[in-house]
Amino acid sequence: MSGQGREDAAFQVERSDQGDLLVVSGDWVVSNLASIDESLRALKADKPTNLLIDMGNVGRLDTAGAFVLSRTARDCLSREPEKSFRNTTPSHDALLDAVFKNADVCEIAPPAPRSILEALERIGASVHHSLGQARSVLGLCGEVVTALGRIIRSPKRLRVTSLVYHMEQSGFDAVPIVSLLTFLIGAVVAFLGSSILRQFGAEVLTVELIAYAVLRELGVLLTAIIVAGRSGSAFTAQIGSMKMNEEIDAMRVLGLDPIEVLVVPRVLAFLIMVPLLAFVANIMGLVGGMLISMLTLDISPSMFFVRINELVPINNFWSGLIKAPFFAFIIALIGCHEGLSVEGSAESVGQRTTQSVVQSIFMVIVINALFAMFYIEIDF
Amino acid sequence: MDITSKKDVIISVRNLRNQFGDHVVHNHLDLDVYRGEVIGIVGGSGSGKSVLLRTIVNLNKAKLGSIEVFGQDLTQLTPRQRAPYEQRWGVLFQDGALFSSLTVAQNIQAPMREHLDLPQELMDELAALKIRMVGLSVEAGPKYPFELSGGMRKRAGLARALSLDPEIVFLDEPTAGLDPIGAAAFDELIKNLQQTLGLTVFMVTHDLDSLYAICDRVAVLADQRVIAIGSVDDMLRESHPWIREYFHGPRARAASASAHG
Repeated sequence: MSGQGREDAAFQVERSDQGDLLVVSGDWVVSNLASIDESLRALKADKPTNLLIDMGNVGRLDTAGAFVLSRTARDCLSREPEKSFRNTTPSHDALLDAVFKNADVCEIAPPAPRSILEALERIGASVHHSLGQARSVLGLCGEVVTALGRIIRSPKRLRVTSLVYHMEQSGFDAVPIVSLLTFLIGAVVAFLGSSILRQFGAEVLTVELIAYAVLRELGVLLTAIIVAGRSGSAFTAQIGSMKMNEEIDAMRVLGLDPIEVLVVPRVLAFLIMVPLLAFVANIMGLVGGMLISMLTLDISPSMFFVRINELVPINNFWSGLIKAPFFAFIIALIGCHEGLSVEGSAESVGQRTTQSVVQSIFMVIVINALFAMFYIEIDF
Repeated sequence: MDITSKKDVIISVRNLRNQFGDHVVHNHLDLDVYRGEVIGIVGGSGSGKSVLLRTIVNLNKAKLGSIEVFGQDLTQLTPRQRAPYEQRWGVLFQDGALFSSLTVAQNIQAPMREHLDLPQELMDELAALKIRMVGLSVEAGPKYPFELSGGMRKRAGLARALSLDPEIVFLDEPTAGLDPIGAAAFDELIKNLQQTLGLTVFMVTHDLDSLYAICDRVAVLADQRVIAIGSVDDMLRESHPWIREYFHGPRARAASASAHG
């Protein structure tokens, strides 16, 4: 009945005094039209007179086939298009009727921006958007601080279960990856130091290089970047899908404050765990450096730590670790903010998650630079 | 129903078994669907209506049994061999399942673009035609799915399902989430398209009004198989407790009254 025995769609024009006759044959189905569409369009140029379409030999017909035939009838405006068919079956009539009734044109996609003016407009809009974004993050920051104030006054409001859960999820569970990555970075810095400093005969300074680099910058910076990619994005996705599922609205209706329930435990968990992670990162970075120093420079572990103890002041350690809570706060804040800004489709969750990671890493690096300038000014 | 024996069987499910872990959803399930009919699949929540649909269209692999569509056991074929058969059916998922990064018109063109080699101009014309045929206005063409209402998304999903002029259309709860007016209009649309295009419609539904309004036959899923199949009137005579409750409950009476009145 269908499918198997395919016959190509074909047509031929028979001209006579009464008018032109278009005899169509074969299966006029959508999969057969690619080859025939163009020649059918070309018929119009021949200016057929009084065109009549004979459907007697048509095998299968579907809406696409009926459509191209109806278009031909319409294009060759010689008579009323609906009446230019003959030898049709009732099912042909139903299809032709449907395609005549529903023929229309539509835009396929919204027009793409082209001119320079539109490009400028987009730049302006994105600047405006970023400013709005910054304001709204600041707004959330205020809300979190006031919520924290409320919690300090009545500690019962603190969601302890949620806090501990997030401490585990975004802190404890991140220990292996943070350790491994900072270990590797420490090792790479040691390699770099040993190969470059050796040229100056100063390979023993590798120890100081490792200690300064890891303690002041790399340990905490890497921790922040890993945590932003791993947990900040998770905050956005979690809160975003809750927002899509109207859970946030449900909370508001039930008199629960989403800031207190969702944002504060996450921010607090970050404030507690990121400094601890940064500490682990520092240690692992030093261990990585120590291992490579031992292997390539014959500096024994005890010698390594003695040198650090004697030559690297403790304020290097503190200056790195002080930055951790600031990074933690901004990452958690941006993660939650992006989550709360999700609207509409699932696509928005994806976009916001990407945004969250990009913005938090951007902010972490900016804040790190500010700290560096500040430390230089105060000679810390 | 004297022509039953002569009817052309388009989907034939035999001895189907589906299970997830220890949970057996279908066991010894048999079902025949005839060409050109509208069959409604009903059953309680969790009775495996959607699983049956997903199994037939190959989104779910059956544990046991054979599924013949167009006279071909598709479970025995490789994906490449299956492809030409899969182009001969269309599926409308519950919320339309439109591709969110494409406009409605691009969604409708997606199957054409993938499987056929049509000129762009013809695809544009066909997209407009399909949009109109499912009762949307052409303004919906350049819109993205998130800009549409639930009912419009379903219609757009149906237009995409009809993109390659399939012989069978699978509908998963087509009227769920629509207001009664929208649901009735959607029923009407399905019936019209089915008659015009000569479709076979396989419809999973909860909606009694749809059953009365457009289904030629109803298959009831319970106890892991099809316990009854026949017209709505046949169902009224069944003695199985679930069927009695379903077709004699207050909502069923209301639906029946509105269908006959």
